[in-house]
Amino acid sequence: MTVLEFDAVTKIYSVRGAGQMKALDDVSFRLESGRTIGLVGQSGSGKSTIAKILTQLETPTSGEVRLDGQPIPRRGKGLRAYRQQLRMVFQDPFASLNPYHSIRYHIARPLRLDNVVPRDQVDDEVRRLLERVRLDSNAIIDRRPHELSGGQRQRVAIARALASRPKILVADEPVSMLDVSIRVGVLNLLADLQREEGLGVLYITHDLATARHFSDEIMVLNQGRVIEHGPADEVILRPQNPYTQELRAASPDPDNHFAPATGTFGGAL
Amino acid sequence: MTAVEPQLPAPDLVAVQDGTTATTAVKGHSRIPWRFLGGRALFYLFTLWAAITINFFLPRMMKGDAVTQYLARNRNVSPEAADALRSLLGLDTDKSLLQQYIDYWALLLQGDLGVSLLHGLRPVTEVISQALPWTIGLVGFATLVAFAIGTIGGAIVGWRRGSRLDALVPITTFLSTIPYFWLGLLAIAVFSVNLGWFPIGKAYGVGMSPEWSFEFVGQVIHHGFLPATTIIIASLGGWMLGMRNMMLTVLDEDYVMVAQAKGMPNSRVLWGYAARNAVLPQIQSFALSIGFIVGGTIVMEMVFSYPGVGKLLLDATNAKDYALMQGVFLVITLSVLLANLLADVAYAFLDPRTRQTEA
Amino acid sequence: MTAVNDRTAQGASQRTTSAPATATVRTSATPGGGSAHKRPTFWSKLGSAFAMFRNGKSIAGLSILGFFVLVAIFADVLAPYSPTQVNHTARFQPPSAAHWLGTTHIGEDVLSQVIFGTRGVIVVGFLAAIIATIIAIVVGVISGYVRGWRSEGLSALTNVFLVIPGLPLIIIVAAMFEDPPLWVIAAVLGLIGWAWGARVLRAQTMSLRNRDFIQAARANGEPLRRIITVEMLPNLMALIAASFVGTVTAAIIGLTTLSYIGVIPVTTYNWGTILNWASAQGAFRQNQWWWFMPPGLCIAAIGVALSLINFGIDEYVNPRLRSAGERARAMKKKGMNVNDTVTVVRPATTTQENS
Repeated sequence: MTVLEFDAVTKIYSVRGAGQMKALDDVSFRLESGRTIGLVGQSGSGKSTIAKILTQLETPTSGEVRLDGQPIPRRGKGLRAYRQQLRMVFQDPFASLNPYHSIRYHIARPLRLDNVVPRDQVDDEVRRLLERVRLDSNAIIDRRPHELSGGQRQRVAIARALASRPKILVADEPVSMLDVSIRVGVLNLLADLQREEGLGVLYITHDLATARHFSDEIMVLNQGRVIEHGPADEVILRPQNPYTQELRAASPDPDNHFAPATGTFGGAL
Repeated sequence: MTAVEPQLPAPDLVAVQDGTTATTAVKGHSRIPWRFLGGRALFYLFTLWAAITINFFLPRMMKGDAVTQYLARNRNVSPEAADALRSLLGLDTDKSLLQQYIDYWALLLQGDLGVSLLHGLRPVTEVISQALPWTIGLVGFATLVAFAIGTIGGAIVGWRRGSRLDALVPITTFLSTIPYFWLGLLAIAVFSVNLGWFPIGKAYGVGMSPEWSFEFVGQVIHHGFLPATTIIIASLGGWMLGMRNMMLTVLDEDYVMVAQAKGMPNSRVLWGYAARNAVLPQIQSFALSIGFIVGGTIVMEMVFSYPGVGKLLLDATNAKDYALMQGVFLVITLSVLLANLLADVAYAFLDPRTRQTEA
Repeated sequence: MTAVNDRTAQGASQRTTSAPATATVRTSATPGGGSAHKRPTFWSKLGSAFAMFRNGKSIAGLSILGFFVLVAIFADVLAPYSPTQVNHTARFQPPSAAHWLGTTHIGEDVLSQVIFGTRGVIVVGFLAAIIATIIAIVVGVISGYVRGWRSEGLSALTNVFLVIPGLPLIIIVAAMFEDPPLWVIAAVLGLIGWAWGARVLRAQTMSLRNRDFIQAARANGEPLRRIITVEMLPNLMALIAASFVGTVTAAIIGLTTLSYIGVIPVTTYNWGTILNWASAQGAFRQNQWWWFMPPGLCIAAIGVALSLINFGIDEYVNPRLRSAGERARAMKKKGMNVNDTVTVVRPATTTQENS
């Protein structure tokens, strides 16, 4: 079992001319493979900062991130090994793929970079990964991203993330830019993959409903601080913190057509 | 469930201490963006230093004999002037490089650019200051007119996209790819030689001297018409194309659609909303193109024998009057930097975003 | 616990009942699926790489440019006389059968001079543009990708070269050489002209750098040189092409201007030096149009060709420019003005549509 530990991490950005900005304040959590943590919060609450720190695009100001008990190395082979274990699916399916490269290239590249399979098996592995995300590999393998729909692109992004056989998957709002009608399909795909591969998934979202549907635990983030953390159903059905209660009240209730959404968020989150 | 008020100011990077950016902008009524302008002024000072240093090294990279011969040919130079010339032209190799550099700066700060051997040993600064007003007048006038016509024209062409006005764009672009000097020569050939409408060159008639009289001013306008018009026609295309492209991009924006949907008259949408936003990059490119404009003017002055700094530079080059050459280069650079700074000031006042970053 | 089991059951049932709406149907009857089986050939890849050149304007521009390049290459064969061949019996001749473009003040054939002049123009133009574009790519992309003082420093360097007036500087530098060979002229022109492209490339690189696919590449551990060369550069190609074309134009105009002024000595023929001689011999005053029109027209023609290529690239990069005029014309045909915000609505014809 792989364990990712986020230990009392604080991240402070200095903004030129405007002082400092605390993006994360003493955030801690523990993600084990096979489980999903839903990370919920408004825009600007620090969710993406956590994702950036996990993928080494940013470094914490204080606190530590550990994988299997080892702090994340800053460079060299250790960093490379860490990167292989933790992959990210980005929010924007239109921007996360390079418009100039074919789908084949997008998926083969991490295979080659990390030497996941021997050279001659790369092509087969690419097709296998595409089939796993339920895409017709023959039809799309030589296409460019702009020839695919949003849902297809996001599936390619998932396949790319799975290429290096990671143990932890960070999904940063993977469906918020997709049509509502296809969100469930992609989320179910993620759930199936998680189960089959035994992944630990950090599912970052602002959507409480899908967070509950998809996660074992939910963590609510507000202005960089974790204000509530518990089993999914507990946090949604019996929220303790007033902010969480507000969030829940702001979500539209499909069973309750005529009750207006209350709270200062109005009807939209 | 009671509505509990969560304490959440919108966490905006810029607004950490002061609240939202909206409140900051409202607070200050036309705040002068010191930081923005200060940064630009600092940059221009740095560029000026770079230009002066380039000027310092240029003659020192040449073969020294040319300069020595030049000085040797002109024996009537006074000793102080000769010293200044040696320092300016890199002949004082008896001193260390650092000392040369310091002496060079000392000369410049005293306003001593040497004497011009081409112009009877008069101080370079005096020679330049006689020629400078002509250049500024000609190029300033022509550029402003071209900018105005091009920007307004480009706005109209962009607004009326799909109409026959679109044909203006390739026409003016064609005109702008023709080299200035050829256009000028053609203009002379057609309008001066053949039609005799305009004089062939110079700023005013032979035998006249500058004075504030109607006749003189009339002559200036008469002589200056061809050069100015040539510059305007040649540079119109660039302004028009840039403005038209910006207009097309701006007209696709939602705020234009909102303005129209609100029932605003088309002219107000065009000028008050669309053009006002599309013109901002134009001002930036205006600042950047000042260097190119200067280049074109130099050639224009040669073609029309217009007594500005451009012709001064060319005559100096042909006569190998190095002190004058360097002096003109420095003055041109200084003017370009000043013009850039003015354009930045104009831009700062027109674009409210520069004021926002002051928070 | 129970929540997890519920989810599994739901997931399983949903998997069998609803296929994701956008998944491609996995039969071989997929339309277009047949052609997707074979990998793209080298030629089709090349074709798509040059897609920016495939519209009418670019093709027109490239043809004209190609014509001049051919003339430059085959000048020896095409020119009827040597450009320096003097013929004192046929001076200042207007165009005739023997001399299609007439003769100069010492009987040289103008047509041959123009043909041979093409060489200097093409060589210097392209060489200067290559030098300038390479410098622009290196400085622009690096200063756009790195952060902090290195980026600001390179940007300040670029701006210095941008602001300092180029022509006076070149005049002074050129005056210091006795008889510069062509490549020196090209190098100086290139060194003066790289700043504009560098600035544009820096801005675009900075915006690209924050795009997700670059972040993904970084997160996947791609080495820096591969990120710049393989991930970023293809996305910058259109800008680089446009900058290159623009620099060729500027270099050609710079060369001809400097030759006309006389700062560049008259050892090689280019269109500018022809105009220098023509002007010095008073051709403009004596209406010897055959002498001074062709070189100027050639400069203009090459300038137009390069502008057309740039227009083509512009429209490829910014489709709004291309379609804006077409959209407006299409609407005009239907009787609507593109600037109106009210569109004609179909009148209600069925009983279902009530007020």
